Amino acid sequence: MENKCAIEMRNITKRFGQVVANDSINLKLYRGEILALLGENGSGKTTLMNMLSGIYQPDAGEIFKDEEQIYIHSPREAYEYGIGMIHQHYKLIEVFSATQNIILGLNDGKMDLSAAEKKVKEICDRYGFEIDPSKKVYDMSVSQKQTIEIVKMLYRGADILILDEPTAVLTPQETNKLFKVLKNMKMDGKAIVIITHKLHEVMDVSDKVAVLRKGQYIGTVNTSETNPQALTDMMVGHAVSLNIDRPKYAEPKKKLIVEGLTCIDAEGIKKLDSVSFCAYTGEILGVAGISGSGQKELLEAMTGLYPVKEGSIRFINDSGSEVELVGLTPKRIRATGVGMAFVPEDRLGMGLVGSMGMTGNMMLRSWKNGRGALLKKKEPEELANRVWKDLDVVTPGVNYPVRRLSGGNVQKVLVGREIASQPEVLLTAYAVRGLDINTSYTIYNLLTEQKMNGVAVVYVGEDLDVLLELADRILVLCGGQVAGVVDARNTTKEEVGLMMTQFNTSGGAHE
Amino acid sequence: MSTLITLIVAAVTFGTVLMYGTLGEILTEKTGNLNLGVEGIMYMGGAFGLAGAFYYEKAAGAAASGPLAISIAILSAFVAGMAASAIYSFLTITLRANQNVTGLALSIFGTGIGQFVGEFMRVSEGGYVALSNHLKDAFNATVFPSFFINIPVVGRIFFSHTVFFYLAVILAVLMYLFFKKTRTGMYLTAVGESPSTSDAAGINVTKYKYLGTTIGGGISAIGGMVYIMTTAGCVWNHEGLSGVGWLAVALVIFCIWRPLNAIWGSVLFGAMMIMYLRVSIPFIPTEIYKILPYIVTVIVLVLTSMKNSRDKQPPASLGLNYFREER
Repeated sequence: MENKCAIEMRNITKRFGQVVANDSINLKLYRGEILALLGENGSGKTTLMNMLSGIYQPDAGEIFKDEEQIYIHSPREAYEYGIGMIHQHYKLIEVFSATQNIILGLNDGKMDLSAAEKKVKEICDRYGFEIDPSKKVYDMSVSQKQTIEIVKMLYRGADILILDEPTAVLTPQETNKLFKVLKNMKMDGKAIVIITHKLHEVMDVSDKVAVLRKGQYIGTVNTSETNPQALTDMMVGHAVSLNIDRPKYAEPKKKLIVEGLTCIDAEGIKKLDSVSFCAYTGEILGVAGISGSGQKELLEAMTGLYPVKEGSIRFINDSGSEVELVGLTPKRIRATGVGMAFVPEDRLGMGLVGSMGMTGNMMLRSWKNGRGALLKKKEPEELANRVWKDLDVVTPGVNYPVRRLSGGNVQKVLVGREIASQPEVLLTAYAVRGLDINTSYTIYNLLTEQKMNGVAVVYVGEDLDVLLELADRILVLCGGQVAGVVDARNTTKEEVGLMMTQFNTSGGAHE
Repeated sequence: MSTLITLIVAAVTFGTVLMYGTLGEILTEKTGNLNLGVEGIMYMGGAFGLAGAFYYEKAAGAAASGPLAISIAILSAFVAGMAASAIYSFLTITLRANQNVTGLALSIFGTGIGQFVGEFMRVSEGGYVALSNHLKDAFNATVFPSFFINIPVVGRIFFSHTVFFYLAVILAVLMYLFFKKTRTGMYLTAVGESPSTSDAAGINVTKYKYLGTTIGGGISAIGGMVYIMTTAGCVWNHEGLSGVGWLAVALVIFCIWRPLNAIWGSVLFGAMMIMYLRVSIPFIPTEIYKILPYIVTVIVLVLTSMKNSRDKQPPASLGLNYFREER
């Protein structure tokens, strides 16, 4: 059976301001085939597919469907071409039934719910979906909601389906069920794309793999002719030298011990699974992992913001005595004299108050120092002025709302404040996300400076090149578990990349 | 027995006023717009409804026909309510002003306009604005022949009401069918639940919000007219009308946003409001009677929140303005 080319994308380029998200990418989708689109975070996978689903228009390049050039200006037009994309965030009306959601926005004459329900049932039976068409969405699990989204596309006659990280929210059993359905649809002659960064899923379900890296098209290979190692190499590429200064601290001491840390989120999914490691003074401990592997939960658990199910987090005082942090609120942690500073991922949400100036934000750490009902404003103001000058924050004044500063300057204010509290442990999450090269280096230098002052720095990052040159050791997380801890001076990008993407493999247990 | 029947009949008369206010507000809130201006809208409905009928009679003289006068009164009230809600819609939907503030402002604005129109008519017509007895009878006439009304007990309870009551019941049933059976009704509900989802599905959110809110306001305004024409005896009376709009807003919650509940809910609320006139128990001050509807509303709110059933919750985006680019 000869598979026919359903969609061809030629030389697709998309820019967002200065950033090139997709750089002349060529891609072919065939009917009766599952294509896995593989790449790290920010490699342009979703952007590329959004151009197929009509959310973005390419700046350059051509799209062909069945050898005929098409132009997709809106999601509605994408439907008309039979292209349906299932996004990570489901768009459903909670109080409606599955069928009502499926026919929402569809104008096909008189509304006939029971006929629509029958048609939904037909589609479900054909591909093996398990869903009750009259069940209300608020009674459904995440995987059932995803099923509705997929059925919605099929109901509209989509024969090209794009799924954006469909397994991110599913349990392994649900994932298997989804894959079975996808294979049924493939047999029916549909062209399917799944966007993912999980290698084992790629190997499980796909026929071909297309790899993107930093907006570049690397290549397409047949799944049967490749292996995880080769794919990882394609995905992460060769190491790039960044020339980050990495001095060695004379006498590292244990500062923080995490043992068997397990956290479970509101939906009952294990976010962290018996995570154990130590952090030393005078060391930058890098944390690597695909996004959503538990980095955020780990940092928040350490600062007392995320509920801990099991395990212990112990802080070692200068005198050598240990303080247990699990179960304490952030306020109590500070009261026990533990010098912990946290630079959160969400700068303006969790780190700073956007509508206040630098002074006001500095005060967030020291407002308790005032006596009586009045605030003590002088010290925060001095601190704000110092941070302004030392870190070259570009702002009209210390009382200018930080919300209006650029991302880099916001980050400088936040890092400056956290460092000023003279912490013993400094936790940072994606400290350079969205910053330009120069500001990134400023942040790297600040962190290294802190390390040489004997601070235990935990650096959660996404760019492996940076982690390899900045950190002393790298803790690799995969699906909430520790895949291993490696010495950043004696490891390779490929090794870390492989650990990040593979669950429980024998190669995982380093150290 | 006859006391009870009299009480029920009086409750229905007052309940009819509430039913229009509530049905209109249900339609408005189903689109996700919380219009707290019902009080003002009902005032305007009352004043303009009376004005419509009054000036019609003045022009037509003795030849004025009852059904036409009723239609004109309904129409003028409806248009006045739509105009008031159009202001609200423009402010909240297009300019995205805060819904609570805008609604409260509309309440004050509407009562002011209503008073002004009422007083203006009084002054310009030399002191007394009332319809002739001929038209008054038309407004208060029963629809069914006396044969039905004379059926013992049931007759007076079911068949002795004015045309406005039966119209309101028909409207409630129509609205129920509209939400339950029609595509437009389903889309309108979707807009009130999640405008962003509806937008993504290709539904024109702005259009639905505008239509739902303005038509809803028009329906609410009819309630004010019905009060003036029935309870107040076709004379401008601003005192009796005050507070009715707020009661309608409370009643929407009591009905958990379902039009059919508005039928018995408004009669129940009507009964609670007039009970102090008909059933007087010694030592209980009338004020206690008057707060009963609000107490019942609070209890309903507590109960529905406790049960936490998603079917009985307000529209999910109620009170929130929709802005496409906001994520």
